[in-house]
Amino acid sequence: MEALLQDLLGENLLTTIVYCSLPLVFILVYALLAILGEVKISAWMQDRLGPMRTGPWGIIQPLADVLKLLQKEDTTPGTANKPLYNLAAFLPFMASYATFAVLPFSSEYVGADLNLGAFYLIAVSSIAVVGIIMAGWSSNNKYSLYGAVRSAAQIISYEVPAAMAVLIIVLFVGSLNLSDITVAQEGGFWNWFVFGGPKGEVTLADGGVISASWANIVYFPLFGATFLIYYVAGLAETNRTPFDIPEAESELVSGYHTEYSGMKFAMFFMAEYANMFVVSAVAVILFFGGWQSPYGTTIGDLAGIRWLGAVEEFGWFTVKGLFFVFVMIWLRWTLPRLRVDQLMHVCWKVLIPATFAIALVVGALVLVV
Amino acid sequence: MLTEFGNVFIFFLLGVVFVAGGLLVAKLLRPHNPTPEKQLPYECGEDPIGAPWIKFNVRFYVVALIFILFDVELVVMFPWAVAYQGLGWAAYIAGAIFIVVLFLADFYLWGKGDLEWVRPQPNVPKLSDLIDRAPLRPAPQKPKTEPVPVEE
Repeated sequence: MEALLQDLLGENLLTTIVYCSLPLVFILVYALLAILGEVKISAWMQDRLGPMRTGPWGIIQPLADVLKLLQKEDTTPGTANKPLYNLAAFLPFMASYATFAVLPFSSEYVGADLNLGAFYLIAVSSIAVVGIIMAGWSSNNKYSLYGAVRSAAQIISYEVPAAMAVLIIVLFVGSLNLSDITVAQEGGFWNWFVFGGPKGEVTLADGGVISASWANIVYFPLFGATFLIYYVAGLAETNRTPFDIPEAESELVSGYHTEYSGMKFAMFFMAEYANMFVVSAVAVILFFGGWQSPYGTTIGDLAGIRWLGAVEEFGWFTVKGLFFVFVMIWLRWTLPRLRVDQLMHVCWKVLIPATFAIALVVGALVLVV
Repeated sequence: MLTEFGNVFIFFLLGVVFVAGGLLVAKLLRPHNPTPEKQLPYECGEDPIGAPWIKFNVRFYVVALIFILFDVELVVMFPWAVAYQGLGWAAYIAGAIFIVVLFLADFYLWGKGDLEWVRPQPNVPKLSDLIDRAPLRPAPQKPKTEPVPVEE
């Protein structure tokens, strides 16, 4: 991918900038689809039609929403702390876009192929908390402050089980590079970590070899449970239902972004949708084979057409990622909201001890099996 | 070309530029006529009463403190996990001791009650109480009207 761009634009900074802005195009298209999906899926689940007026079956509703948000007056509370209030609108989106840097969209596209991938991801995704606290405090509104404090407590609490779940996979692979973790699952869906990881020998990009056999089936229940823990923690980190007490609209209006309107609100909204995809994509990379196809090869590779293979890989990654975004939307209309005491109970007394126990067992098995 | 972390820096910059661009376009398009009513903090149409920086549950601070401990320990665990397979059982024992100490810390906090939040105690009326308090069938009462004495 980078070589192709260098052929087109030459080897200069512009190439790098274009290369790095491709995920931005992806986010824009994805956000429009996800907004439409959220509205339509919720409507169908409640036996409604959803928006029908804008375009056929309302399919250009998200575009109309964007145009509306662009023209909305930006009402700022007179007592707000203006510099922080404005700065806070930047941070959540910046943080979630920075996490897109390490996602391997296909074997041909990784924004930045860091050796520290998984660690970087955990570190950078928590910058959003700073933005949330800033937004809540500087809005000078009781609802915003409550929402921000709840949101921060929830996100940082659930970061521990999410990071431990990542650590369990890293323990097995021995690499933090997300491309390596994807390559470790090559050769069919039974090699995905959710089904117990590779069943045959795998060679990583840096020359490291994972020796594995069908005995790895013992990992199936462990990694399956780890996936569930990661996904639950991810739901909580994106403030999605059933973990949406920070934005509980029936008690806090809309939490930390109560005072934001127009385009500034849209940026918080975009960040939330981008985060949903990041959480789903990381679940896919760690447990569902990333860009690997479920049957282990691609039509492009069989026919010897390099670019077709890469496009197919990107397609698989996107389809799997969007499936987990769909599950998030589905859960929103299925489960009621948790109370704050239940939230802390699930995190500190169920998920964290469970991840510690799984890490101990996986650690022993890695040396034995 | 840039290093991989150079690309990461470009990603950060693009995130900021995208937000700034969006806000700039909106600023060119949107109306701007603030009134004192619009600039009130939003509290569902009521005038806000008191300062917005209210007291909130002290347990949020406790959670933040616990989080910092666990997060710092996670940072230590990651290099361990990467180097793990080359080091064998010695690494397992070292890691296991570390994880067990974390386990104990979690149980200590649990036992001390730092993870307990005040549970709501909803006053849901019970059917049995209601039946005791208000009998379904009122007891037969004496007729209020005195029988009219018959004049003879």
